[in-house]
Amino acid sequence: MALLQVEDIHVYYGSIHAVKGVSFEVNEGEVVTLIGANGAGKSTVLNTVSGLLHPRSGSVQFMGQDLKGIAAHKLVERGLAQVPEGRRIFLQMTVEENLEMGAYTQANSSIAPGIADVYKRFPRLEERRRQIAGTLSGGEQQMLAMGRALMSRPRLLMLDEPSMGLAPILVEQIFDIIKELHEAGTTILLVEQNAQAALSVADRAYVLETGRISLSGTGAELMASDQVRKAYLGG
Amino acid sequence: MSFLNNVITGISLGSIYAIIALGYTMVYGIAKMLNFAHGDVIMVGAYMVFFAAGRFGLPSVVGVLLAVVVCTVLGVVIERLAYKPLRQAPSLAVLITAIGVSYFLQNGAQILWGAATKRFTPVVEGTLELVPGQLGISYVAILSVVCCIAVMAALTLFTTRTRMGKAMRACSEDKAAAQLMGINVDATISSTFAIGSALAAVAGVLMCSAYPVLSPTTGSMPGIRAFTAAVFGGIGSIPGALLGGILLGIIETFAKAYISTDLSDAVVFAVLIVVLLVKPTGLMGRYVPEKV
Repeated sequence: MALLQVEDIHVYYGSIHAVKGVSFEVNEGEVVTLIGANGAGKSTVLNTVSGLLHPRSGSVQFMGQDLKGIAAHKLVERGLAQVPEGRRIFLQMTVEENLEMGAYTQANSSIAPGIADVYKRFPRLEERRRQIAGTLSGGEQQMLAMGRALMSRPRLLMLDEPSMGLAPILVEQIFDIIKELHEAGTTILLVEQNAQAALSVADRAYVLETGRISLSGTGAELMASDQVRKAYLGG
Repeated sequence: MSFLNNVITGISLGSIYAIIALGYTMVYGIAKMLNFAHGDVIMVGAYMVFFAAGRFGLPSVVGVLLAVVVCTVLGVVIERLAYKPLRQAPSLAVLITAIGVSYFLQNGAQILWGAATKRFTPVVEGTLELVPGQLGISYVAILSVVCCIAVMAALTLFTTRTRMGKAMRACSEDKAAAQLMGINVDATISSTFAIGSALAAVAGVLMCSAYPVLSPTTGSMPGIRAFTAAVFGGIGSIPGALLGGILLGIIETFAKAYISTDLSDAVVFAVLIVVLLVKPTGLMGRYVPEKV
C-alpha cells in the first residue's frame, strides 16, 4: 500500500477550479516529483495534502488513513512535513528557534538530538545558530527551511519549489541534499518548476498541466519524453 | 519638587498604560486585529474587585484574583464568539465587531451594575513620604511600577524561553507556516487573548486604585490612551508597549501640569501624530512587508 494516496481531488479557490481531478501516489522510500509550469496547480496539490486547503471532492490517504477533516497542525504529528514555497522561515527568530519550532510536536528530549542531526547535515546552520533567520542568504534560508521540516522526523517530506530564486550552484547543492536524504531512506514529494533538476533525482514523476495530470512515468522516462523535453527542458 | 512629583505620577500612570498597551499589542501581533473592547475588560476587572472587596469584604488579593480569572475567561469567550467566526473576514468587519463588543460590555455593565459612578476602595492606600509634605510616592504608584516591571520581565521570558511563547512569535510572523510546524493557531490566538485580558484586570485594579472612581465607561478613555501608547511605541512590539506607555503617561501628566488639564489629550495625540509622521511604524516598530 502506498504511503500517500491522492485520489481524484478537486480543489477550488472560491469559484476558480484550480485542481481538476488529480490522482497520484507516493510509496515508502521514493522520491516523487510533480513538475509543471507556474499556475499548473502544483502548490495547490501540496497544500491540500498538508491540510491547509481542503478538496471539494476526492480523497487524500496517508498511511492508509483518510485525512479528511483533520486540521493541518495535527498532520505534523502523523508524519507529514512541508517545506513551503518561498521557504517561509520565521525571519525574526533565530536559526535555532526556527529549528525548535520545527520540533513543536516532538518531546522535549528529542529536540537537542534533532538539532544536532540537522547541524550535521547543514554545518552552515550551526555557524549561524544564534543569528536572526532574516539575515541568512537565500540558500541558507532554504537549508533552514529543510532542516526545520526534518525536525519533526517526518514519514513524508514535501518540498515546494526548493530551487526557487536560488543561483544555479545553490540549486545543485539543494538537489544534492535531496539525493542524500533519499539515500538515507526519507520519502520525498517534490514540487518543482525546474524539471531538469527534479527529474534527475526522482524515482517517479507526474506532469501537471492546468490542474490535471497530463503525463506520468519514471524520472528517466519523462526526461526522455519528447513532450516533456519540448515543454519543460528547452527542447 | 512639583517637577519630581509630576515625573513620579507620569511614570506610574505610564506603567498602567503600558500594562494595558501590552494587551493591545500582543493581540494585534498575533490576531492582526485591534481589540477595541480591551479597555472595557479593564472596567469589568475593576467591578469584580469593587464587589469582592468593597461589597463582600473579601481581602483585596482575593478580589484581584477573581478579577483576573473573570477577565481571562471573558477575553477568551469574546474571542471565541465574536472574533473567531470572522477569521477570514475583511479587517473592517472585525474592527466594527470589536467596537460593537466594547459597547456591549459598557451597556451590559450599566444594566447589571447601574450607570451611577461608584467609589472604588484602593487596594493599597497611603504614601511613602520622601520629603515630608513636599515629595512623596503613593503606594499605588509603587505597586503600578512594580507590576509593570514584573509583567514585562515575565512576558519577555515567556516569549523567548518557553515553547508556547515562541509558538506565539511564530504565529505572529506567519500563521500558515506555524500550522505546518504543528502549532495550533486557534489555541495560540485564544491564549493571547487570555494573557491580554488577565493583564487588563491587573491594570483595571491599579487604575481604579490610583483614580478611585468606577463607572461602566471607566475603561474607555484609558483603553484609547493605551492603544495610542501601543501605536506610539510600535504596535506588535512588547518593549514598544512599555516605552510608549511610560512616555504617554509622562507627556499626559506634564501637559496637565504645565499646559492645561483640558488640553492634555490633545497634546498626547499631537505628539502621536508627530511621531507617526517621522516614524510611521512607531518608536520601536519594525516595517514588516505585507504578505500576499
